[in-house]
Amino acid sequence: MTKIAADLDRCVGSGQCVLTNPDAFDQSDEDGTVVLLQDTPADDEALKRARIAVEICPSRALSLTE
Amino acid sequence: MTAPALQTTRRCPYAPPDEHTRIRDTESGISQVTLPSGQVAWALSRLEHIRAMLTDPRFSSDRQHPNFPRFTREQPAFDLMRPSIIQLDPPEHGPARKAVVGEFTVRRMAGLRPRIQQIVNEHIDAMLAGPRPADLVRALSLPVPSLVICEQLGVPYRDHDFFQSHSSALLSRVVTAEGRRQAVTELRDYLKELIAEKAADPADDLLGRQLAQGNDPEDVLSLAFLLLIAGHETTANMISLGVVTMLERPDELAALREDPARTLPAIEELLRVYTIAEFANSRVAVEDVEIGGVTIRAGEPVLALSNAANHDPSAFDEAEEIKLDRGARNHVAFGFGIHQCLGQNLARMELQIVFDTLFRRIPTLRLATPADTLPYKNDALIYGIHEVPVTWEDPA
Repeated sequence: MTKIAADLDRCVGSGQCVLTNPDAFDQSDEDGTVVLLQDTPADDEALKRARIAVEICPSRALSLTE
Repeated sequence: MTAPALQTTRRCPYAPPDEHTRIRDTESGISQVTLPSGQVAWALSRLEHIRAMLTDPRFSSDRQHPNFPRFTREQPAFDLMRPSIIQLDPPEHGPARKAVVGEFTVRRMAGLRPRIQQIVNEHIDAMLAGPRPADLVRALSLPVPSLVICEQLGVPYRDHDFFQSHSSALLSRVVTAEGRRQAVTELRDYLKELIAEKAADPADDLLGRQLAQGNDPEDVLSLAFLLLIAGHETTANMISLGVVTMLERPDELAALREDPARTLPAIEELLRVYTIAEFANSRVAVEDVEIGGVTIRAGEPVLALSNAANHDPSAFDEAEEIKLDRGARNHVAFGFGIHQCLGQNLARMELQIVFDTLFRRIPTLRLATPADTLPYKNDALIYGIHEVPVTWEDPA
């Protein structure tokens, strides 16, 4: 099962993951860092979006683990 | 052998300067160039290399480092203000960015949408009520982002002429060192007074909240300066360039008008092809680093040719073509790494509201002069257009 992991120390709150899939990612109101709403992509579309989010995350705070 | 001077003029508005493309297509994609400061810098030009450089902590953003790449002969005036977040490296950078980034989350930006829509409506009303042709830059491109950033920060919009002229002076490549220093000083003094007023009489705006959080007024000053300059001309230039591009492509404009879901992908593509802040991603190496088979030594200046990278054929299919439905978001138009543009989600939303509203409300909008005669900004650090005369038919 593919899982999404977020490293809050690396996150700089750019919000690119939220733009990619608002069902899976949110941001803390306080410091803008990522909040994982779903740590396991629900379907192929969610997995595709998760891969994009990992690729475009500017601080490399997101990763996928098998 | 001396390195060739960095070329900054675009032959085509939506292509990088020829020299940057030539560097990108060499074997390593990395070359040395001489900057206007006289410094010899490494120029990176491929997307992969630039993303690697901008996420590598061995490259510093410290502009006070004597070898940090400069586009001016003289050192910037570091004595006038404390360094802002774009000049900080880890570990100082993280807490400083997190103290403000909550103001720019996707949700916070969505909350601004109704007010931005209102601002856009009012400016289109005013343009329609005025003479034809109108200058789109003065009527819409500049005042909308300017008013939005003023309201967000809590800067009185009545003073916008003052900081408009000052930020233009700062971004110009032709201003003298003395002129630049004077513009920075006057803008700093203005903001300093405003922040002192807010400290005495707390306001519910971005600057007021920064003070209420207990941030040092000197740091709030540097932040205010950065956001005012960065939030001003960048979005304005993208509005102008985007409108011109769409008006030149009537079929795609019609499709966009039919289906607003096309607007955001189109904006990503416009951001990519124009890469207006193409020289905004400079660093200085603080350790020896190998990139693409080239060893960059500690202390050497490095320049990211972001525009060339955003047209890199190894990263984008038919990279030279404008494909408004491309949907590629791996470009570096907003930079990459920990300093990626703080206001990018605000910029996207402003562009979306402006394009959707303008093209829907004025379906007959057209350029009043041919696109290839427009005064493109080859004299500024941020690319754009000085003036865009537009006209339209009376509604039937």
